[in-house]
Amino acid sequence: MNRKKLQKQAEALNRSARHFRRPEVECLIRLFHTLVPEAGERRGAAGLDRNAFRSVLHLTFGMTDDMIMDRVFRAFDKDNDSCVSVKEWVEGLSIFLRGTLEEKMKYCFEVYDLNGDGYISREEMFHMLKNSLLKQPTEEDPDEGIKDLVEITLKKMDYDHDGKLSYADFEKAVRDENLLLEAFGPCLPDIKSSMAFEMQAFQETHDL
Amino acid sequence: MGVTLTRAAQWTSAGSGPGTLEITPLNESLLNEIIKFTEGFCSRHPQEAAFVFREPLEWKTHLDYSVFESGYEISERTVQSEDKDKDGQPLLLLTASTIRVRSFGELSRLLSVATEKKLKEAQACLEANRDPIVKILGPGYGTVEGEDMSMLRLLEKVKKDDDPETEIKMKISLLLQQLDMQLLNSSLKHISREVRLTPTSVKNEVELLKHFSGKREDTVLESLEYTSDYEFSNGCRAPPWRQVHGEICYLIVKPHDTNPLFITCSTAGVFLNGGREKEKDDIKYERKSDIYKDLVTFLRERSPKFLENMAKQEYTFFEEPVHEKQQHLEIVDTEDSGQSQKFYDCSEKNVFEKMKSPPVKGKPIDKKLEPSLKWKDIGLAGSQDAAKKDIKEEKEVKPISHELKKKQAFFSVYCSKVSEKSEEASESSSESEEDEEQPERHQEGNTDLPSEYWQIQKLVKYLKGGNQTATVIALCSMRDFNLAQETCQLAIRDVGGLEVLINLLDTEDVKCKIGSLKILKEISQNSQIRRTIADLGGLQIMVNILDSPDKDLKCLAAETIANVAKFKRARRTVRQHGGITRLVGLLDCVSMGLANPTPSQAKDIEIARCGALALWSCSKSIKNKEAIRKAGGIPLLAQLLKSPHVSMLTPVVGTLQECASEPSYRLAIKTERRMIENLVKNLSSENQELQMHCASAIFKCAEDEETRDLVRQHGGLQPLATLLSNSENKELLAAVTGAIWKCAISRENVTKFQEFKVIETLVALLTDQPEEVLVNVVGALGECCQEPINRAIIRKCSGIPPLVNLLTGTNQALLVNVTKAVGSCAAEPENMMIIDRLDGVRLLWSLLKNPHPDVQASAAWAICPCIENAKDAGEMVRSFVGGLELIVNLLKSEHKEVLASVCAAITNIAKDEENLAVITDHGVVPLLSRLANTNNDKLRRHLAEAISHCCMWGSNRIAFGETKAVAPLVHYLKSDDTAVHRATAQALYQLSEDPNNCITMHENGVVKLLLGMVGSTDEILQEAAAGCIANIRRLALATEKAKYG
Repeated sequence: MNRKKLQKQAEALNRSARHFRRPEVECLIRLFHTLVPEAGERRGAAGLDRNAFRSVLHLTFGMTDDMIMDRVFRAFDKDNDSCVSVKEWVEGLSIFLRGTLEEKMKYCFEVYDLNGDGYISREEMFHMLKNSLLKQPTEEDPDEGIKDLVEITLKKMDYDHDGKLSYADFEKAVRDENLLLEAFGPCLPDIKSSMAFEMQAFQETHDL
Repeated sequence: MGVTLTRAAQWTSAGSGPGTLEITPLNESLLNEIIKFTEGFCSRHPQEAAFVFREPLEWKTHLDYSVFESGYEISERTVQSEDKDKDGQPLLLLTASTIRVRSFGELSRLLSVATEKKLKEAQACLEANRDPIVKILGPGYGTVEGEDMSMLRLLEKVKKDDDPETEIKMKISLLLQQLDMQLLNSSLKHISREVRLTPTSVKNEVELLKHFSGKREDTVLESLEYTSDYEFSNGCRAPPWRQVHGEICYLIVKPHDTNPLFITCSTAGVFLNGGREKEKDDIKYERKSDIYKDLVTFLRERSPKFLENMAKQEYTFFEEPVHEKQQHLEIVDTEDSGQSQKFYDCSEKNVFEKMKSPPVKGKPIDKKLEPSLKWKDIGLAGSQDAAKKDIKEEKEVKPISHELKKKQAFFSVYCSKVSEKSEEASESSSESEEDEEQPERHQEGNTDLPSEYWQIQKLVKYLKGGNQTATVIALCSMRDFNLAQETCQLAIRDVGGLEVLINLLDTEDVKCKIGSLKILKEISQNSQIRRTIADLGGLQIMVNILDSPDKDLKCLAAETIANVAKFKRARRTVRQHGGITRLVGLLDCVSMGLANPTPSQAKDIEIARCGALALWSCSKSIKNKEAIRKAGGIPLLAQLLKSPHVSMLTPVVGTLQECASEPSYRLAIKTERRMIENLVKNLSSENQELQMHCASAIFKCAEDEETRDLVRQHGGLQPLATLLSNSENKELLAAVTGAIWKCAISRENVTKFQEFKVIETLVALLTDQPEEVLVNVVGALGECCQEPINRAIIRKCSGIPPLVNLLTGTNQALLVNVTKAVGSCAAEPENMMIIDRLDGVRLLWSLLKNPHPDVQASAAWAICPCIENAKDAGEMVRSFVGGLELIVNLLKSEHKEVLASVCAAITNIAKDEENLAVITDHGVVPLLSRLANTNNDKLRRHLAEAISHCCMWGSNRIAFGETKAVAPLVHYLKSDDTAVHRATAQALYQLSEDPNNCITMHENGVVKLLLGMVGSTDEILQEAAAGCIANIRRLALATEKAKYG
């Protein structure tokens, strides 16, 4: 890819992904192309497929939960074509790494709303939390703790008491207590890995 | 049944012969069980009921013939049952009052006939037949200790022959054994429910009740006495032959509403005994009432008045066994029990003492508080009454309020400051702020645990067993509890939550750390929690977190450290793990001065604030102050001092004023750019706490002259004067008056204060103020009085009476200041008249007896102007009985300041000839001479003056020479102090009237020294020196004349 094209692309993307500076966008684009080596050759709308994206999440950001990683992929993949394009990559990372609380709340809610109906239901919560407790072999109902945890969460976050979390509930709860942003599982990078990633990815810009 | 009857049933052991069954609740229930068994036997086991006993059960019945009706053959002397055995003998036979029964059937019928007397009959039967089974089945079935073989034997027999009788026997035996088992079980239940009393528990209860006894209407009892003063070494008071029966002691209790009760306390419980007729009689030991489990229960039954008054005392009964409670007794640190502990703890302390002391024989029980064994005070209101009686030294028993303690600690800072006592080597005076060893309050058993407890326990379980997501949820949910409430705080600790929370701090997950710290920050308001956090090593981890890149985390860690480091050990831990350096590092915040900081810059400012908070807590230890300075904290604090925000300024100024106890800080505060200026500026803050810290910092720093000038130059005196009008906030007032006091050491400042009418305001503050304020107010007045005009002002505002009044106080720091102020006032003859009228000199004089040298010296100094300015001073001094002897004896003191002041006083006393004669008789001359060898110029000067004045009487001049005072005096002339020269020259002049002294002086080369002084500009010195030389010269001439004619 020639430099001119890259710059043009970066300029375009810089408008939507405003948390990055131009050179940083260029770096991310370049990084994207190293991750998708045969881009442009295979298909027109080339990009990271689910597996490639998950391996990035896993290796770079230390994520482990398969379900959450799937959901993160979906959140990145705005057009639902099972493939993260350059545009989606840069825009997604913009929120992922440097998003405001507002943006991150929207993103996290999207991740947690498994069926995309605009609510996080009891069942979805249960699904996401089911591996969060050490199974006590002594307990008769191993799911009891999880159910209880779901109830605790609802008690804390379900402001309108309709038994499920709307975005409004979620937003209010998170604003009240930031820790609840990733209430149902880690879907954002921790500070260390994001710093490591930025340092590595933007190395060149620092050099410039 | 056999086993039960021998083991469990309570037989009276009194006397020999056939024992009787006591009517105790236990026995009663056993009998009832047996009766029920027997009554039901007929219907349940008809075959066995017909079985004829091997031998009849025989006992003396109380039943009348008349009760037997159908089914019995009644003749004149006998009653026989209609049922007969196979030999034709009746199964029941009653002759005279002896009854013989030979089957269960008859037994049960008999019982149904006996109706109400059932119990009595059963009792009589069992008393007469201690082992009924032997009689029923034969001697082979007797109850034996250890292994019971009867069953096996029977089984063998059954196998051998098919005798139906053996089978029935077997069945009966089985049934009886079953009953036995049942009885044993039920009696076991009974016994376990019962509390066995011990001598200690009885004693404690008696002691406790004694405290609430007395003639007054609202007491629970009129009196409560032991019958015997003698206490055996095992704690019993009953005679040994009664102790065998488990009796502990006997009591005579006089309730308000009934006759005196004679009570036996035994291990089984408390009951009424037969009492005694006369004082000397023996007690009739037998039991006259039911047995109650303790004295209080007994009295509640017996005396309605007791019950009623008991309720009034606002106590609740604790129906718990005594011994369980005793675990709660703890050693309480006696030092701070004074005000900071609850009554409850105090009483515990007494218990401990009590338990340590061995029982004293024959000694009347001394009044001491006893543990609240059965009592638990709900509020303190009720307990105060009792506390007052015994704990005299504890004038106030107040609930521990954090505020109060803070206040006390705060004041203590000032006090120690004033007395200029050297502080402890390692920790600063403000250390006292801390609840050093605050006793732990246990929760009472596990009764009534609040619902929060269980919910918190559940959450802690999720914390332990959850991944980070579950942990965060549990942490957030935990924060919804009211963490400021002690119940929740202690619940978290008790379910092991603190360990988990601290462990979380050691993980990698930032969210868990934040969540955990948010909780720790809240609950560390509680001093017990603080201790536990420190014990679990939480501080080390939090110190490490200060290095974290996450700003929120840093803030929270610093804030939590600020809370935890409120006691010595924690502060040391923070320092030893490099916490001080890191905290000082947090202060470094470049964006401080920005008008509109970005969120990230605001966060930096917040970090600095939290760092300052933590340093404030840590700065209460001297070594930490040093560490803060070494870590370069002072310039950073100076930087932060420019902040416009109160939330930032309070911890910063708090730290500074805390550290200002160190000279290095005072120097730094003076020299660091604009620090005083900013402190002065913040005196006008809206926030009283900040004002207080600023004033207090100025108070500590203004000992230094330059600082005082700086305060004035930056216009700090006016705000201080303005703050004086705020007399509501005593802490603030103490700090402000302290600052005024120290600033008033500079004359220019006093002039300023005059302008602001500070003296008038200060005089108004002489009454109705806490001592901490008074010390400073009086100190300030004392400084202001150095100006003659202010002495008049004080008089005009009628400030002298309250000042003189304060001379009767006991606070040493206050006395030092008051004497000084009174002394300064006395320099004005008009004031002196008032002081004299109020008998102020006598009060001053009596302060010479104060054990503290500072007070002695200050009083002696104050006496000087009084004598100078009083009319008829000589007469006044003589009127103090023993006063002159007292002051002369103070010349034996070891403190230079005392000696100097007393010399000055003696100088003034000696002006009156009669008094001089008296002090001479008291041996003032040798005492003064003894002091002559000193290098202290102040003492030299006043000593020389005293000597010169004392020369005026009799042969004192010669005496000074004989006691070798002259030679050292000559050497005083080599001193650099001209005041010393003048006084010495005068003394030498007086001494030179005696030829021998002249020789001594001459030998010590006085002439050359004096010749120099003759040229002095000081006329008095000139004159004295010349006079002395003249005397020496005259002597020389006279000698020559004598020699050469």
